[in-house]
Amino acid sequence: MQQASELIRQHLIDPEICIRCNTCEETCPIDAITHDERNYVVLPDKCDNCGDCIAPCPTGAIDSWRRVAQAYTLAEQFSWDSLPPDSAPPDAQSADGDVPPEVARLTQVANQGQGGAAPPPWSAAHPYIGLYSIAKPVLATVAGNYRLTAEDASSDIRHIVLDFGRSAFPVLEGQSLGVLVPGVDAKGRPHHMRLYSTASPRNGERPGYNNVALTVKRVTADRGGAPVRGVASNYLCDLQRGDKVNIAGPYGASFLMPNHPGANLIMICTGTGSAPMRAMTERRRRRMALKEGGENLLFFGARTPGELPYFGPLMKLPRELIDVQLAFSRDAERPKEYVQDRMRARSDAVARLLGDDNTFVYLCGHKQMESGVDAAFEEICAAHSLDWSALRNDMRSSGRYHVETY
Amino acid sequence: MSGIDYSERIPNNVELSSNKSLQRALEHWQPEYLKWWGEMGPEKSQTMDVYLRTAISVDPKGWAHYDYVKMPDYRWGIFLAPAEAGRHVNFGVHKGEAAWQEVPGEYRSTLRRIIVTQGDTEPASVEQQRHLGLTCPSLYDLRNLFQVNVEEGRHLWAMVYLLHAYFGRDGREEGEALLERRSGDADNPRILTAFNEKTPDWLSFFMFTFITDRDGKYQLAALAESGFDPLSRTCRFMLTEEAHHLFVGESGIARIIQRTCDVMNQHKTDDPAKLRGLGVIDLPTLQRYLNFHFSVTSDLYGSEISSNAASFYTQGLKGRFDETKIGDDHRLEAAEYEVPDVVEDRIVARHVPALTALNERLRDDWTADVQKAIDRWNRVPEKAGVPFRFKLPHKGFHRRIGLFTGLHVSPEGKVISEAEWTRKHKDWLPSEDDRAFVHSLMGRVTEPGKFANWIAPPLSGINKQPVGFEYVRFG
Repeated sequence: MQQASELIRQHLIDPEICIRCNTCEETCPIDAITHDERNYVVLPDKCDNCGDCIAPCPTGAIDSWRRVAQAYTLAEQFSWDSLPPDSAPPDAQSADGDVPPEVARLTQVANQGQGGAAPPPWSAAHPYIGLYSIAKPVLATVAGNYRLTAEDASSDIRHIVLDFGRSAFPVLEGQSLGVLVPGVDAKGRPHHMRLYSTASPRNGERPGYNNVALTVKRVTADRGGAPVRGVASNYLCDLQRGDKVNIAGPYGASFLMPNHPGANLIMICTGTGSAPMRAMTERRRRRMALKEGGENLLFFGARTPGELPYFGPLMKLPRELIDVQLAFSRDAERPKEYVQDRMRARSDAVARLLGDDNTFVYLCGHKQMESGVDAAFEEICAAHSLDWSALRNDMRSSGRYHVETY
Repeated sequence: MSGIDYSERIPNNVELSSNKSLQRALEHWQPEYLKWWGEMGPEKSQTMDVYLRTAISVDPKGWAHYDYVKMPDYRWGIFLAPAEAGRHVNFGVHKGEAAWQEVPGEYRSTLRRIIVTQGDTEPASVEQQRHLGLTCPSLYDLRNLFQVNVEEGRHLWAMVYLLHAYFGRDGREEGEALLERRSGDADNPRILTAFNEKTPDWLSFFMFTFITDRDGKYQLAALAESGFDPLSRTCRFMLTEEAHHLFVGESGIARIIQRTCDVMNQHKTDDPAKLRGLGVIDLPTLQRYLNFHFSVTSDLYGSEISSNAASFYTQGLKGRFDETKIGDDHRLEAAEYEVPDVVEDRIVARHVPALTALNERLRDDWTADVQKAIDRWNRVPEKAGVPFRFKLPHKGFHRRIGLFTGLHVSPEGKVISEAEWTRKHKDWLPSEDDRAFVHSLMGRVTEPGKFANWIAPPLSGINKQPVGFEYVRFG
């Protein structure tokens, strides 16, 4: 990164994508964009990166950047049919500086449900991002690996504790870390990095220790039910105490919890989507004595109680800390229920919290849950004279609505 | 002034609530518009969640706000570009006078006709394209189609606002008639011929947005120069939206060319029959579609010599493209312009007073713009090592309006006999077989990140989203 900070971040226009519509030149308040018969270009000495031209561009061609030691001249830019390759070190390429493209791609997919990246809550703690990269990971030691689901449950979900020893790994609730599986895939390439949300609060799985917990489900079938062996999940689930793991990260600057007293949390999750919720809940449990206020409302779905990770500990949480609403879709003893059904059942509480601009919503779990949850919010709002689509927009842009689904 | 009031039933930045009778009139028109959208807007799309761009203010930062929207809930409204302080009439006999904030009485009917003709093209194109969603080549393209459609709908709003606000009862009646005409309807068609043609497949759609929406750009740009300030401000904001439509067309065709070139190289063939067998559109067929759309759209500019165009200009109603950037007297009192003429089966050039040749000039400006985009298309085969290059046909080719009406002109610009035309026109214009083949490719692809076989994925997604983003969700 040292090297990157000495480079100039030059604003360019991708001539392969640009349609020469003149919108950017028209928009630029300081006339820093010009054109010839061939290309539209940015005057490197004049452009002050105000960003006015970015949104109006109909093609996205305007949103191109290169880290360079010396700016490309106008003559060079005029001569291009395509942008020159980016020769800066990979870490310097992305606008976020520390996030490798792979993480950016995974994050984008996970954030689709909220319409792209959203800002964090205003009172969130400042996150550290990308302290360790794929090329330079940190070595963690497995301090524990426990099965969370009942022995007879069909899914094997595990609580895995990683200890970072004397390496700094500051991670906030809601952030993730990247697991690097050793070895190569069938095509001889290194395995892709997998992201896992931390399930422990910022001061460690065990308070004061430099450790982090993960919630990992052993993948044995694909979405369609066909047998498949998840590379990273099986690797993690099979780890023994004392084993070493390469970790990158931390990652994530959006799905963070508010820090100010009195903030309410609505948490909605399924399966291992409970990891960040556990982290946030545990953070608040440890601070109960401070009487900071704020309600916690959790909707948590699983097939059966035996398959619900952290079922036992959840049941022991004090009622004054959190309102836990569990939904089971395959429990022989009760009718089929999904998280959205539970939400409807607690319609008044949900509506009351949504009406409070101190409420923060977190949604994490399978992609399929999104539409059902959205519909439930819409219905609950309609029944309480709230406009969900306007509210959601407002919450999203003010860092109060966060979605991570996969 | 740049903020848009979304608390209103009709989002606007024209302080609509301060003019109650205008507000009522538009609120009366709004349900009629939504009814039209329900009947003639994109088919079977009403419950889909579409990742659309909506203007939340007209300043640079605010007018590209992306979110999932059900199209009937799209916030159609009235947005004008910010007023330019001290703006003048910049051409014609009124040059130098303060720009008009009200319609000058003597130009009332002319202006109304200009606005209605422009306004009529907007719903027309939505009607032409309403079945295309059923055969989309990807979610990305489906989203782009819908973005084009909702913005054409908004452009209708822009024109109806002018009619309601400045033309009284006549204007309101015109506003209703805009919702009553139907593209291709035998009894009550849209005003301009090209807007009564079918847009039967995605190749036609891309050609239409590439070529015909570019005519829209040039017409709007000429009207953005108008001395009638509300028209100028309306058109200026419409132009920023129009650019996206041109992008959809230009990149759409470029992606088709890319895919065909890839398959040509993979299978080492340029045989159209083989390529069709491999499920891609051969380049000569693309050229024929280009010839068709270019010639039909050329007609939209009208006759080479036009006294109407001259008076629009003299009266300060419709300028030239980039009028204020041209360094001349802006009255065209003595200037000349070159137009084509036909002398004994030869096409020659002659000079006429520039004032009478304004249609031709705008057509030439547009043609130069199309040519530049075609040069960019040609980089695709060039890069792929394929020798084929696309060429624009001569301006006299396949024309139905103006000087070339009734003549047969080859794409190279030679006047030819009826017999030769009959023999060769199939090489130049899409045949029934061509259209049937293209039609046969139109399957529906809706899995995120997947594209129909005949088109390459785009170079990047919308709003920095990945190409495989779920741009449309089916409710």
